Amino acid sequence: MKVKKRVEKVINAVFFICGLITIIAVLAITAYMVISGVPAIREIGLVDFLFGQVWRSTGSNPEYGILPFILTSVYGTLGACIIGVPIGIMTAVYLAKIANSRLGGLVNTAVELLAGIPSVVYGLIGMMILVPGIMKAFDLKSGTTLLAAIIVLAIMILPNIISISRTALLSVPEEFEEASLALGATKMETVFKVSVPAAKSGITAGIVLGIGRAIGEAMAVMMVAGNVANMPSLLTSVTFLTTAVSKEMAYASGLQREALFSIALVLFVFIIIINIILNVFLKRGDKK
Amino acid sequence: MKRIGRAIGLTAAAALTVTLFAGCSGTTEPAASEQADAGAAEATPEVQTSTLSGTISTNGSTSMESVISALKEVFEADNPGVTITYDATGSSAGITAAMDGSADIGLSSRTLKETETGLTASVVALDGIAIIVNAANPVEDLTVEQIAGLFKGEITNWSEVGGNDMEVTLVGREAGSGTRDGFESIVGVAEECKYDQEMTSTGAVISSVATNEYAIGYASLSSVGDTVKSVTVGGVPCTEETILDGTYAIQRPFVIVTNDSTTLSEAAQAFVDFALSPEAKEVIEAAGAVQP
Repeated sequence: MKVKKRVEKVINAVFFICGLITIIAVLAITAYMVISGVPAIREIGLVDFLFGQVWRSTGSNPEYGILPFILTSVYGTLGACIIGVPIGIMTAVYLAKIANSRLGGLVNTAVELLAGIPSVVYGLIGMMILVPGIMKAFDLKSGTTLLAAIIVLAIMILPNIISISRTALLSVPEEFEEASLALGATKMETVFKVSVPAAKSGITAGIVLGIGRAIGEAMAVMMVAGNVANMPSLLTSVTFLTTAVSKEMAYASGLQREALFSIALVLFVFIIIINIILNVFLKRGDKK
Repeated sequence: MKRIGRAIGLTAAAALTVTLFAGCSGTTEPAASEQADAGAAEATPEVQTSTLSGTISTNGSTSMESVISALKEVFEADNPGVTITYDATGSSAGITAAMDGSADIGLSSRTLKETETGLTASVVALDGIAIIVNAANPVEDLTVEQIAGLFKGEITNWSEVGGNDMEVTLVGREAGSGTRDGFESIVGVAEECKYDQEMTSTGAVISSVATNEYAIGYASLSSVGDTVKSVTVGGVPCTEETILDGTYAIQRPFVIVTNDSTTLSEAAQAFVDFALSPEAKEVIEAAGAVQP
């Protein structure tokens, strides 16, 4: 009995330590980001940093304004959602409610595969096919544009949206749908007026997760977006928050390096906000 | 002094190992241990003269990364006791480090300024930057002025420099890149380039130019393959020969800087000698530069 208790205690401690490691990692990263990101913001000035429109980190008269990066990340993510969310939700509806099991299984496998493709592969394909395609389609002299990044991101966030929305749709109680059908609603009316609204919080969680992935993606967008620190518009070369950090980190020193940490801190804050929103939606879903 | 101390330490360790082995093998013949002792005693002066050890710190130009890494790899393989460190801080910082002694060797991708005195600069390699255009682009030759005009956005159509009536897409490297810094400073367009694309590697620049017929870009000579066309600059093609005889305009020296007032450690001196020796020629060429 005593031995059993001791074993129990040891196992408890092991699990506790495992849990602790995660928490310590999160706290350490947060602390590190704040400590290394704040000095440059102080030196540059918060307003100049966040709302400055010119980024010229290596100039003889350097300027560190990251508004172009912030807006690019926001527009890029919004754009990806505008394209990706309808397609994602429709696919989820199809998988959960319409498809027969064989075809549904096939599509589901494809979605899972899509989730497993490394981002560098998305970037490579975007670079080789999408960028020249956009150049031809819009008669541009350079195809590396915000649009190319949006399309790549839209495809990348599909698996997140689809798999979570599908799970949410599948967990809608059958009685809801049966009641709707019994009242004379067609199958499609039932899906869009009963099932989708009932799975609302789950679908939203999927979208928010997709946003998180889009805003944090660096590799794929670096390969297709051109990486010039322009103010964003659909057909110009742009830099995202993530790529602003990764493209200059290798060579940066001094204030430039510190400013890159500050950009990372801004990105970190964005991700935290998205996570909080996600938690709110998930909790709301639980209450139901 | 430190080095000698370590050499003695190593010898002592070697002697100890030998004695331990002798003990382990169970042979009780006195001859074996005597032999080991004699070997250790003999080894002491030999270690000091032929086997180098210690750390060599280098500091400076980010552009020299590939050349220094290649040299470091070969030198460390030949001299297992030596560790070479490399801090990519920039040419000016590297020269300062050599001046104040915080690094054994400073690395610079420009010649010394008049104010930077008390230093010896040796050119270890020459770096040629090729100007590349799409293979379908009929333009064969550009002057340095035309290149500057193109990259500053003053020339926006290829017809202005003898090409087709097409817009110009400027493909460059990210801020902080050694190639970008080298190109911009030689052509005289620092901070004035109106890039359409900033790629994060030489390979990305080349593949972007290869797939875009409007594009012009720059890349290290050695990386340029057949997928893009390297234009002649002022009538001079970018080749090893033209870089060596100085006729190709867009080139710069890679310089090793040492402090005159301090003697280099034996290992550091050996590394400098190696870098400037004919044996390093192939290594430097493999890293994309030309040995002068």
